[in-house]
Amino acid sequence: MYAFTFHRPTSVRQAANLLGKHEDAKLLAGGHTLLPTMKMRLAAPAHLVDLSQIEGLSGIELKGRSISIGALTKHVEVANSDVVKRNLPALAELASLIGDPAVRHRGTLGGSVANNDPTADYPAALLALGATVVTNKRKIAADDYFKGMFETALEPDEIIVKVTFPIAKKAGYVKFRNPASRYAMVGVFVAKRSSEIRVAVTGAGGNGVFRVPAFEEALKKRFSPKSLEGLTIPAEGLNSDIHGSAEYRAHLVGVIAKRAVAAAVETPEVAVSDAPENGA
Amino acid sequence: MHATGIGASVRRKEDQRFITGQGHYTDDINRPGQTHAYFLRSPHAHAKIKNIDSQEAASAPGVVAVLTGPQLATDKIGNLICGWMIHSKDGTPMKMAPHPALAVGKACHVGDAVAVIIAETLAQAKDASEKIKIDYEVLTAVVDPAKAQAKGAPQIHEIAADNTIYQWHLGDPKAAEAAFASAHHVTKIDLINNRLVPNALEPRAALAEYDSGTDQLTLWNTSQNPHVARLVIAAFVGMAPEHKLRVIAPDVGGGFGSKIFIYPEEVVCLWAARKVNRPVKWTSDRSEAFLTDAHGRDHVTHAEMAFSAEGRILGLRAKTVANLGAYMSTFSSSVPTYLYATLLSGQYDIPQIYCEVDAVYTNTVPVDAYRGAGRPEATFVVERLVEVGARELGLDPADLRKRNFIKSFPHQTPVIMAYDVGDYGATLKKAMDVADVKGFGKRRRESARHGKLRGLGYSAYIEACGIAPSQAVGSLGAGVGLWESAEVRVNPTGSVEVLTGSHAHGQGHETTFAQLVSERLGIPMDNISIVHGDTDKVQFGMGTYGSRSGAVGMSAIVKALDKVEAKAKKVAAYMLEAAEADIVFQDGKFTVAGTDKSAAFADVALNAYVAHKFTGAELEPGLKEGAFYDPTNFTFPAGCHICEVEVDPETGNTEVVAWTAVDDFGVLINPMIVEGQVHGGIAQGVGQALLEGAVYDANGQLLTGSFMDYCMPRAENFPTFRVETTETKCPSNPLGIKGCGEAGSIAAPVAVINAITDAIGSEDVIMPATPSSVWQTLQRIGGRKAA
Amino acid sequence: MPAVAMTVNGKSVTGDVDARTLLVQFLRENLRLTGTHVGCDTSQCGACVVHIDGKAVKSCTVLALQAAGAQVATIEGLAPNGAPLHPMQAAFRENHGLQCGYCTPGMIMSAIDIVNRLGHDLEDKTIREELEGNICRCTGYHNIVKAIAAGAKAMQGQPAGQQAAE
Ligand SMILES: Cc1cc2nc3c(=O)[nH]c(=O)nc-3n(C[C@H](O)[C@H](O)[C@H](O)COP(=O)(O)OP(=O)(O)OC[C@H]3O[C@@H](n4cnc5c(N)ncnc54)[C@H](O)[C@@H]3O)c2cc1C
Ligand code: FES
Ligand code: FES
Repeated sequence: MYAFTFHRPTSVRQAANLLGKHEDAKLLAGGHTLLPTMKMRLAAPAHLVDLSQIEGLSGIELKGRSISIGALTKHVEVANSDVVKRNLPALAELASLIGDPAVRHRGTLGGSVANNDPTADYPAALLALGATVVTNKRKIAADDYFKGMFETALEPDEIIVKVTFPIAKKAGYVKFRNPASRYAMVGVFVAKRSSEIRVAVTGAGGNGVFRVPAFEEALKKRFSPKSLEGLTIPAEGLNSDIHGSAEYRAHLVGVIAKRAVAAAVETPEVAVSDAPENGA
Repeated sequence: MHATGIGASVRRKEDQRFITGQGHYTDDINRPGQTHAYFLRSPHAHAKIKNIDSQEAASAPGVVAVLTGPQLATDKIGNLICGWMIHSKDGTPMKMAPHPALAVGKACHVGDAVAVIIAETLAQAKDASEKIKIDYEVLTAVVDPAKAQAKGAPQIHEIAADNTIYQWHLGDPKAAEAAFASAHHVTKIDLINNRLVPNALEPRAALAEYDSGTDQLTLWNTSQNPHVARLVIAAFVGMAPEHKLRVIAPDVGGGFGSKIFIYPEEVVCLWAARKVNRPVKWTSDRSEAFLTDAHGRDHVTHAEMAFSAEGRILGLRAKTVANLGAYMSTFSSSVPTYLYATLLSGQYDIPQIYCEVDAVYTNTVPVDAYRGAGRPEATFVVERLVEVGARELGLDPADLRKRNFIKSFPHQTPVIMAYDVGDYGATLKKAMDVADVKGFGKRRRESARHGKLRGLGYSAYIEACGIAPSQAVGSLGAGVGLWESAEVRVNPTGSVEVLTGSHAHGQGHETTFAQLVSERLGIPMDNISIVHGDTDKVQFGMGTYGSRSGAVGMSAIVKALDKVEAKAKKVAAYMLEAAEADIVFQDGKFTVAGTDKSAAFADVALNAYVAHKFTGAELEPGLKEGAFYDPTNFTFPAGCHICEVEVDPETGNTEVVAWTAVDDFGVLINPMIVEGQVHGGIAQGVGQALLEGAVYDANGQLLTGSFMDYCMPRAENFPTFRVETTETKCPSNPLGIKGCGEAGSIAAPVAVINAITDAIGSEDVIMPATPSSVWQTLQRIGGRKAA
Repeated sequence: MPAVAMTVNGKSVTGDVDARTLLVQFLRENLRLTGTHVGCDTSQCGACVVHIDGKAVKSCTVLALQAAGAQVATIEGLAPNGAPLHPMQAAFRENHGLQCGYCTPGMIMSAIDIVNRLGHDLEDKTIREELEGNICRCTGYHNIVKAIAAGAKAMQGQPAGQQAAE
């Protein structure tokens, strides 16, 4: 690790000021992406701005037809939350599949979403559910937020405060792990809301999370795994590495999507009508 | 049975310190005034080093010294060596290229150490390393062993034309030819035994200290054999005379072979400690371990088996290219030769065997012994041939095995080994019963109902352990003898210290060795300590590998105990005023036969030291005996493992759903510990078959350089193992022990592959059989209908 | 150098550290609590697991400064100065859940955390899943799983405060 100065602001404003003041400053949330990178000397921020002492950045709240989750909320809290388990069980399931128990005790939603690792789990949920990323400056729809691998719409001094997830009638997340890293080789989040059906895929895309319109169309006719029988996506543009070729990942997307739909179908329907989400 | 004696599952004595966090591993030790070493390593697989500019680094904060390869020669520090001579077919000796501890003029693999920075803190050493400027001229690399000998391949070392280290063979080619000519059927297979990274969980470390007052060097390191390390570093590297170098291997966090070898880092730390006259510490991080710990396996093999019309095996032929990496590591030459080809008879009566092995250099990390060393590779060849042969001949694979098992002993194979004892039919039968092979059809149909392909695979393996008779290994080229030493020190109060040349790094010697002593001397376990791992305490020893500590190390203790008992009887004779011949020793008591006159062991010990009852002329005072034990043969543990898998045809994912192991290890000292060794071995073997594989790109960059890409077995990858044993006593050592440390890793890989190929109905499965590779095979063969 | 203060195994400790000091380095080097190990550099092996405020975390992926003010529990705190073994420690010995012992402190700290979260009646499958972040190269996990199941049962009835000596 390179040397740096450690800051512990107590408000978002202070944190933002620190980011504004120091060009090579970085936010520190759970540290479970940033610290490993710094240990390998692949990142060298001169200032680390620890968010942990800022109040109000973590917590889970049901607000109307959506669930609002603070940026500093840990994976384990999402996985165990009664509110999430009751209203969006697929999201709790997703959080319970991130890393291992110790990682889930530290890693945060905000850190994962800010980092936008192409093999991370949360991005699939955000995109499939049409979530909103709320920052200290604005609200960004998931559709506009993910800009490719490790790229997001965040500006350098922008801080994620929370993410709001609209509740779906039915949703499912299935992850096929990379055997070594245990991140997603392919993870598919399927969400059925009254307005639309979305299928979002993480892990496979060379450019990060993406939707599969063909699958969404097929599921509109009938929301059943059968509707995806035999469907795959083109291998072009997918990741290819020692763990699997692009063709393999393309095939897996079909298989895992089917299983995600099956999981969604099996969970009891959550009684919501899909009114537009009005901030939080 | 004695409650803590041979055969009892005594709980381990060493555990107390490990479960309370009080173990002492090398990195836990700090010395006053200690500095830290950081190695700057080549980022290129093959490159000329044209210039190293370390001026700026040398004056960076905290830096004590920056050292490079050319300075080694100035200080007359010699190269690392390979200690086992192999001659090629044409009689020429193997081509051992120079291996300096820091690269001189050329880097030969990614991770080759080019410079070392010694600084007050590790962070400062790392910071300074970035200020070193090295001018490399990058050369084309050769990575694939199958291409290393090709015309026009880049030459790595001047001494080795075509990158060939040796072209060795074993057996009679003409006789084998004749056997194949008469065959009814010949089974042919091409195999790759995948390259593995040992990954003992404790990374290697070295801490060196120099005492200028006594001119004494001390090295704490993560070694499986500290005496061998001292011998090599003294006699070949020329660091210091043997008596001026002390090597201490404290608690060691797993080895699996990788900590047998003498590595550049320990040599450099010793050298640097003397140069800067301060202790120097280096601890590998995991990424560094991937680039510097000797890797394992890496064979490319074509093999054939000839069968008669009745399904008798007539002959076996194998041609193997073994990748030894960029330099010859300490014992690397022996692994693909005498530890491999000599086991190609497996458990079978095979009249003719011929094996050719080419060993090659490539621009990769050196390859040496890794758990099993040569024997997993041999078992993979034999058991794939038998399995595929049975399928091609339409015979039941278990029947084909039974038909060809060696049934009378001793049995001389065509490849050197003389098997002493075994009952292969018994292990197979027991394994089939425990695994409920009869019920497999039903289980397969059940799996099919939920869309899974189920398969069952056998592995009837044999290994040669307890290495080994010094004469035998000497005639095969070993630079050392493979005996073991022991010293039993009885204290005046009757407590006992056993000094052994074996080294424990997970095997539980402090318990099993004490069990032996407890049983023999009739004293409680608490009164016994086992001392190992320090060249100042133990006179000499060969260390622990090749499952030799029981068969060889404990046999040495038996010999020393025999001597202790003999001497103690003499002392007791004086005490009890009886003739020595009338003294009987039993249950910790010396008794005059036929009387109730007796003396307890502790009393005899005290009398031996007090020496009031005899004069020094009659009997020397004291009770301490040493022994060297040289075995008369290898030992031959053997057994049968049965693996059941379920393959998900949609994803290609394989799950091991059942595992049965029935092993014949001879006499068991501590069944609990033996089972633990089997479990660990199976996990590493399943790891090789399903998960692990070191992958290089064409430029020699290791793509699997951390746990993020190199898949380590996790708890979730395994079912609960069913482990049983059978017993035929080993006749070649006094305890009847065969050894158990490697069995699992030898048996397991091929059992998994035989099961997967059975499940999917294609022999086209590579290791590791990752989901994507199995899926690809399924694509090629157009899927399989669930049976 | 910034100062840091925290509670380790029930005792207040302070130290001046370079900001880049990891918690595991602080424990091992500053406090000489060397029972916590380092087995990887990618936060995957779990040899370094300790409890922070009662929860298992990888001390190789936490800065010492992030633990300021926290309650840290390490393997050394479970049975300090010859106190009777924690039931989970005893279960590891009884079931031969360790060989070289290098992964063991992290395994035991993770195991206690599993019991704290999931209770005393643990199925093998659950234990295996929960060990996702703990790598052992020696044991093949078989006896670790057995040890944790037994240790979980033995922890029943133990006063909550003793479950991990914070
Ligand atoms: C062993 C291991 C396994 C893992 N497995 C998985 C897995 O299976 N799936 C998965 O999805 N993830 C996995 N992760 C990643 C884990 O989920 C991380 O915790 C997460 O990606 C980052 O969250 P963090 O809180 O740790 O962020 P940090 O590491 O603290 O920060 C990550 C990045 O986000 C920035 N950042 C943090 N918070 C904010 C904010 N509020 N606003 C703006 N920017 C911010 C930081 O500056 C930094 O650039 C794994 C990690 C480890 C160590
Ligand atoms: S050292 Fe912390 S997870 Fe490996
Ligand atoms: S006991 Fe050696 S790593 Fe687990």
